[in-house]
Amino acid sequence: MLMALFNIVIFPGLLFLGIYALFFAFLDRKLYARLQNRVGPPWFQPLADFCKLLGKETIIPQGADRRVFVSLPVFALAAVTTAFIYVPIWSVNSLFPFEGDLIVVLYLLTIPTLCFFLGGWYSTSLYATIGAVRALTQLFSYEVPLFMAMLAPAILAETWSISGISAYYAEHPLYILINIPAFLVAMVACQGKLERVPFDLPEAETEIVSGTFVEYSGRLFAIFKMAIDCELVVVSALIAAIFLPFHAANPWLGFLYFIIKTVIILILLCLFRASMARVRIEQMLMFCWKILTPLAIIQIIINLLVRGALA
Amino acid sequence: MSDNSKRITIPIGPQHPALKEPGCFTITLEGEKVVNAVVGVGYNHRGLEKACESRTYIQDLYIIERVCGICSHTHSTAFCQGVEELVGVEISPRAKFIRVIMAELERLHSHLLWLGVAAHEIGFDTLFMYSWRDRELVLDMLAMLGGNRVNYGINTLGGVRRDITPEMKELIHKTLNIVEEQNKYYIDLALHETTLAARLSGIGKLSHEDAIKYGAVGPVARASMVKDDIRVSEPYAAYDQIPVKVVTDDHCDVFGRAVVRVLEIMESISMIRFALDNMPDGDLAVKFPRKVPAGEVFSRTEAPRGEDTHYIRGNGTDKPDRVRVRAASEANWHGMQHMLEGDYLADVPIIIAAIDPCYSCTDRAFIVKDLDHGDQRVWDWQSLKRYSVDWYKKRGFDASKIKLAERRI
Amino acid sequence: MKKGPGKIAGFALEHVFKKPATIQYPFGKLKLEESYRGKIEYDAETCIGCNICARDCPAGAIKVVNVGTKEEKSFQCRLDVGHCIFCAQCVDSCPKKCLHFSPNIELAAFSRDNLKVTM
Repeated sequence: MLMALFNIVIFPGLLFLGIYALFFAFLDRKLYARLQNRVGPPWFQPLADFCKLLGKETIIPQGADRRVFVSLPVFALAAVTTAFIYVPIWSVNSLFPFEGDLIVVLYLLTIPTLCFFLGGWYSTSLYATIGAVRALTQLFSYEVPLFMAMLAPAILAETWSISGISAYYAEHPLYILINIPAFLVAMVACQGKLERVPFDLPEAETEIVSGTFVEYSGRLFAIFKMAIDCELVVVSALIAAIFLPFHAANPWLGFLYFIIKTVIILILLCLFRASMARVRIEQMLMFCWKILTPLAIIQIIINLLVRGALA
Repeated sequence: MSDNSKRITIPIGPQHPALKEPGCFTITLEGEKVVNAVVGVGYNHRGLEKACESRTYIQDLYIIERVCGICSHTHSTAFCQGVEELVGVEISPRAKFIRVIMAELERLHSHLLWLGVAAHEIGFDTLFMYSWRDRELVLDMLAMLGGNRVNYGINTLGGVRRDITPEMKELIHKTLNIVEEQNKYYIDLALHETTLAARLSGIGKLSHEDAIKYGAVGPVARASMVKDDIRVSEPYAAYDQIPVKVVTDDHCDVFGRAVVRVLEIMESISMIRFALDNMPDGDLAVKFPRKVPAGEVFSRTEAPRGEDTHYIRGNGTDKPDRVRVRAASEANWHGMQHMLEGDYLADVPIIIAAIDPCYSCTDRAFIVKDLDHGDQRVWDWQSLKRYSVDWYKKRGFDASKIKLAERRI
Repeated sequence: MKKGPGKIAGFALEHVFKKPATIQYPFGKLKLEESYRGKIEYDAETCIGCNICARDCPAGAIKVVNVGTKEEKSFQCRLDVGHCIFCAQCVDSCPKKCLHFSPNIELAAFSRDNLKVTM
């Protein structure tokens, strides 16, 4: 019981995830700045931002449903934290692995997006409503290629558990090369999930101010921000577990591997963000359905054929 | 079925992250498509023209320079030219060349600034940071020549105030090489980056006929194949001695405007080089009388944003009777509604930014249209004050007790 | 260059290892030319108190007053830095060249009164 509590609250739960997410936010911002020939923020900047937001007054719009408005950020954070428990960190095994946890994690990661949508919708502000609608429209476009790209390696490994997939590819490291197209699809699609340029339409600052979050302030906004930062960690950890299965037997070394792997993924994601312009919503739909989805389908077919050949 | 139920009206501004200055665009949307756009400017009226009437010509020069932060040199050149024409003074050829060099450097920095702003509007912050970094080089040059980064103050009535020494010339040549190399990369990038082209092309359409109909000027007109450039059609300063190539483009959209601007940077660089190498010797400024004879004059210059016109009426004293400034943005606002309609909400900021709007240059006088009575009249200060006091009284706030501090002149 | 997305990535990556272009203001400062138009300096010795500077100032920021007697004149320049627009027209107008500008631009003060300087 005490151990479970420790796992949920401290490691690898809320506290570790929060600290790692702040570190990730710093790394992301610093790298983004250095890519633009700027100096970038000091290491404590995300923490300072978080603390400052916690101290600010929280304003709830008059027309908003108070209970829903307040509970949505917490809900988003809770979903992300729960998802993290099923992602392997120090070894191939996660804390509570079971057959099918890949699907559970993917669905848990959809909850924050739905929270953004509901948060924007319940804000009853024009900008937030448009942002909310965009978030939902975007969800339908990137979710399909992302799911398919994540499931393709699972088909090859013949298991629906993340730990199983990790273990399988750790045994046959050459098989990862087959999954490279799926890796690329997942990287691009998760830019949509994380709402980063070029797919940051729901919060496009210069168009709809900050979209979904326009009415959120103070503590609630801090929690939302934290949920977004944590989502970045969880998604990169998930991609690292599935597509970069390099593990060590020693848990400390394994933990180091985890950090290296996720940072590599973050660097790639940051490079994506720095080198593109934001696309329009209809361009994003076109791109996801016409390019990413077919690519993911081809990957699944390839993996099925390989599976058949191996059997 | 009534369409109105599906429509929402969303205000872009007066305060909005996409706008660098206050301006209100009331956008009516159907889904994400703009069906109607109302342009509302006038939040930045500073009474500059009126201030000019109560000051002497030499003082006005610095007020006129502050009409616009970006095209400050163009405005002061237009004003100086006008007053010089009124007095009948011909300035020295060297002063003319220095004015041209400053004007072209200003165009350089204005276009680089625009490139950055446009990139920021479409979420491409990396390009924004790099183009502004290179703009700093141009600003440093301007600071070296004029003594300030924004209001260079190099013009004076009857010539210029500062000379370009051979050392400065060397330095400018060197810096121009860096800027040119960087700009070549930006041109390459603008033409080949897919996400940029996807966001810019096909939006904010203004056909050749419409550009003429709405009286568009500057890069907006030139991107619609209107070969309109005051530097060529009515050469002022030393533009008759310097080869000027007018850059036009047939895209007729925001992409075309971007192409025109980045290519104009290259043109400006070669013009500055030519002007530096062929600068004649001569005095900087000629003696200029304090009193300007009665008469009126109309002076035009080509600002980075398009044609800039000044009307000056003298009455024989040392103060002008009337100064009227029409900045380039004012001419380009008219086509804005046409450009916005039919595009997506996501494109609104970039379409607005594509004319390189300068709100405070634009805002002049108010004509309030009284829709209830159907008449159109100019409101004076007293009636405006009375109206605002009544307006607040209706909302439960008595503003009539507030005394405005008298402004010392 | 071929058409494609993410063209700036290589250019940006090169700059990760280069020195940032930012100058972090209080610790590092932009080098200003000697000819930069900053705060006006005043030389009371050569001044004749003609007040042409005050007449030409667009902002009404400068004023020269006689603090001595009518016979033994001694002049003082009162400059309101808060009103000054740094156009340096007074420097050009001065017949005795007793005004000149300095590249001093760090003039911020906590109170408006501190901006009014007497030289």
